[in-house]
Amino acid sequence: MRFRKSRSGAPLKLKIGAVAGLLFLHLPLLLIFLYAFTTEEKSYQFPPPDYTLKWFAVVWDRQDIWDAFGLSLKIALIATGAAIVLGTLAAGAVARTRFFGRETVSLLIILPIALPGVVTGIALRSAFDIADIPFSFWTIVLGHATFCVVVVYNNAVARLRRTSPSLLEASLDLGANGFQTFRHVLLPNLATALLAGGMLAFALSFDEVIVTTFTAGQQTTLPIWMLSELVRPRQRPVTNVVAVFVVIITFLPILMAYYFTRGGEATAGQGK
Amino acid sequence: MADDGMAINQPADGVLGRVSDLLFRRPGLLLAILLGPPLIWIGVVYVGSLVALLVQSFYSIDEFSGRIVREFTLKTYAELLRPSNLDIVLRTVLMAASVTLASALIAFPIAFYAARFARGWIKGLFFIAVMLPLWSSYLVRVYAWKLILANEGVLNWSVERVGLTPLVDALLSMPVIGGPSLSFSYIGTFLVFVYLWLPFMILPIQAALERVPGSMLEASDDLGARPGQTFRKVIFPLALPGIVAGSIFTFSLTLGDYIAPQIVGSSRLFIGQAVYMHQGTAGNLPMAAAFSMVPIVVMAIYLWIAKKMGAFNAL
Repeated sequence: MRFRKSRSGAPLKLKIGAVAGLLFLHLPLLLIFLYAFTTEEKSYQFPPPDYTLKWFAVVWDRQDIWDAFGLSLKIALIATGAAIVLGTLAAGAVARTRFFGRETVSLLIILPIALPGVVTGIALRSAFDIADIPFSFWTIVLGHATFCVVVVYNNAVARLRRTSPSLLEASLDLGANGFQTFRHVLLPNLATALLAGGMLAFALSFDEVIVTTFTAGQQTTLPIWMLSELVRPRQRPVTNVVAVFVVIITFLPILMAYYFTRGGEATAGQGK
Repeated sequence: MADDGMAINQPADGVLGRVSDLLFRRPGLLLAILLGPPLIWIGVVYVGSLVALLVQSFYSIDEFSGRIVREFTLKTYAELLRPSNLDIVLRTVLMAASVTLASALIAFPIAFYAARFARGWIKGLFFIAVMLPLWSSYLVRVYAWKLILANEGVLNWSVERVGLTPLVDALLSMPVIGGPSLSFSYIGTFLVFVYLWLPFMILPIQAALERVPGSMLEASDDLGARPGQTFRKVIFPLALPGIVAGSIFTFSLTLGDYIAPQIVGSSRLFIGQAVYMHQGTAGNLPMAAAFSMVPIVVMAIYLWIAKKMGAFNAL
């Protein structure tokens, strides 16, 4: 009786379990926000002895943080751009036509994100070593674009499957050529799905650290900067402020992606 | 040009028009153009890298010069089978298994509530609440636990307030899982992993539960089952593929992580850390490559079992 979707609602124990689970997922992040304002510099003392805004000013003046941020931004933008092009092309091929090896293609695209990050990282590292490619900005982009393709691909495939083929046929019948049909019919239909996929890819790339440590030489992206601060803390409150910043920068595109695709298809569940 | 099937349409004008006609008449060409770039990218960059990884694992390192000898040998794999390395593998797999189990336990009520009771904006809230941590802030989320588990941090502070300090001390003094403090013990690493991968468990379970038809539960109810029986005999078996699907993520992600145990945990290594250490400070890329074959093999076995249990339909 209690499991019906009835007016009686959820059993109390289930409600408590669900709410407690969500709190477990989100309270730790709120704590980071709290610590960004602490006056205590040497430890993680709780509750913070006093609160201050000065760490935000300190971060603002730190050139190394700005450099790392700029690098991460550039990498994320280029990787996202490449992922949008490649993911859309692959989706266009897989969504509509049936061809030999179609399943293999979708498996290949999902693979970089299905295998543990350390495997992707060390695989790229091995390839760079064997091919004698020195680490650079572009080796990082290469790695990021590879695991970002799947995100755009998933979104685009879902949208293409919901777009009726008769729309395209109508356009062709009315005398538009393939390019015009793409530009005026298909693209407007796909746009929000691509935007959502791009947003997720951006968020994924912006704070990626596992693959990056294997493909970056002397380059310091923002997550790598943070990692070195975590291993050898110098100014803890500064790290806290940067952490808050990273959370906000990656949350915004995800919220926008949700906004663009809400209702109908799930951008979720297809997983990392 | 106008002879085949172009009776109604006039021949298209311009280069673009003609290209467009050509692609329309030859779908194979269009397919090749669409599929070419992504396949070349994934094929060269990714599959190429995996092959390089495999090749690299059959190289070895010269112990005196520290340089990589690019000749086929099984020496590196023989070294991999040393007891100390097998310890690392066993430790990681056990951790992955316990993290998976705990995630399933915590995820189930959330997924169940979201799938069967949440409506309207609450459902949206649940979705967002799971999506945000799934896609972002990995490092920040590890960091949060460093703050929480620190000796002077919020956990010890609250434990002290409720007078449970002896309980924590007792946990920490246990032989394997204990340690000098929570942030230097397996308990800490375990908590961080569960926290990190929980969203990956919630979504597939929720998807599986959403597919259970309400009429099935009513039937069970009408046939006289108590709620507990309905749960055990109807809901749980139908949710199981979702749990297995989620466990693929929690298992794989734990196997390959090296950052979380480095920041919160004891000094004993996990597979990911071993891979990172061998390629970095030790400069032994062949050993790192051989080590990273372990999670691949473990995952292959795991996926094979999962497939038998029908988990892929729940993804």
